[in-house]
Amino acid sequence: MEQAGPIAAGARPRLPRGVRLTHNEAQGGWLLLAPERVFKADAVTAEILKRCTGEATVEAIVDDLMKAFAGAPRERIESDVMKLLGGLAEKRLLELD
Amino acid sequence: MSTNGASAPAPLGLLAELTHRCPLGCPYCSNPLALDPRSDELDAATWARVFREASALGVLQVHLSGGEPAARRDLPEIVKAARDANLYSNLITSAVGLTAEGLSKLADAGLDHVQISIQDSEPASADHIAGYKGASARKHALAAEVVRLGLPLTVNVVVHRANIARVEAMVEMALALGATRVEIAHVQYYGWALKNRAALMPSRAQVEEAVGIVERLRQAHRGRIVIDAVIPDYYARFPKPCVGGWGRRSLNVTPAGRVLPCHAAEVIPGLEFWNVRAHTLADIWRSSPAFEAFRGTDWMQEPCKSCALKEKDFGGCRCQAFLLAGDARAADPVCHLSPHHATVERLAGERADAAYAYRHS
Ligand code: SF4
Ligand code: SF4
Repeated sequence: MEQAGPIAAGARPRLPRGVRLTHNEAQGGWLLLAPERVFKADAVTAEILKRCTGEATVEAIVDDLMKAFAGAPRERIESDVMKLLGGLAEKRLLELD
Repeated sequence: MSTNGASAPAPLGLLAELTHRCPLGCPYCSNPLALDPRSDELDAATWARVFREASALGVLQVHLSGGEPAARRDLPEIVKAARDANLYSNLITSAVGLTAEGLSKLADAGLDHVQISIQDSEPASADHIAGYKGASARKHALAAEVVRLGLPLTVNVVVHRANIARVEAMVEMALALGATRVEIAHVQYYGWALKNRAALMPSRAQVEEAVGIVERLRQAHRGRIVIDAVIPDYYARFPKPCVGGWGRRSLNVTPAGRVLPCHAAEVIPGLEFWNVRAHTLADIWRSSPAFEAFRGTDWMQEPCKSCALKEKDFGGCRCQAFLLAGDARAADPVCHLSPHHATVERLAGERADAAYAYRHS
């Protein structure tokens, strides 16, 4: 999906009210829940979304993920984060302040 | 049956009918003709246990429904129990009987999403359909409260002959109310709707026009509002995969605790339903006779048995097969391959402007 514009490094992404990340063993892991919708979240997606609290900036989230996924190149993490956040914002599953 | 519990997939959704009581009397209400009395309703502690068992089974979302769920004074406690069980909660309300204060208590208890039904964009017609004067105004007021609290709002519109000409106005109204999602649901003919079928049934031309309008609006409002539409059954060529397949994705618990594979399942004679008072939800899901009866595809007969689509629509709706073909194992007669399809076409043609038989509790 196309995003409206690039996401600023200083933006503080958060899940809006009514969108929740959850873990369910019987469903095999992490899921993002929204009105009448369920999205499976892989491990990387879950790690990104856990950090979308409205407090951390995109830049800080990337820094933090560098520690969690030691060895992965920064550009790679950055592009994963931007792609995910852009796609979710477009579906109104994420707010960028 | 050949399916055994171990192969039952994990369900995703639970429809919790907290009560059959409702101040409104919609002539298409999906509640059964024989309503569970208040004295039989499960208490909040039992619902809390059911929610925990549901979550352990894989359920992610609980739909708090009725009747009118706000008719229960312990609704905040029930919402909190859903949250504590790690379920996403969706309140399905008529908005009548739920005050702004009541709603804010539910929000504090962890409610995730609110769905308000509207009967029409014309207030007088809306109140007539609901059988309740002033219902429309209350819906507008509650919708504003939902938005003010920052909760996502879905507007649900049940479409039939009296309002089908205003599909566009109803979508515009949902947008004006601040909804992020609107459900356009053509009446499904079970329960009260079956009783009122001739008075509710639109013509084929009206249905086709409405479907076209919804498609156009979906494009026009992309990114502003999600439009989910339930295609009208009687004018379709193929049936819908009812409840995503029997015993595959969801379960329904009645106010008195009976667990059904779909809300209308009690119309099928001979099915044995288990009650949450006597069994765990996991036991019921895996082994109760009602869930086993039509799980998978082994129960099918022709034309479904050898049909390439049988894993896609699961032969359609079992209740409709029973109601219209007289056999719950038959293909849903909505399917053009069913030998009973002509019955559906004939019934769709039976339209009469009779007074509604309102549901009454
Ligand atoms: S359909 Fe109408 S009468 Fe039935 S429960 Fe919903 S609001 Fe009440
Ligand atoms: S024959 Fe049965 S399985 Fe095939 S499309 Fe019709 S209802 Fe579905």
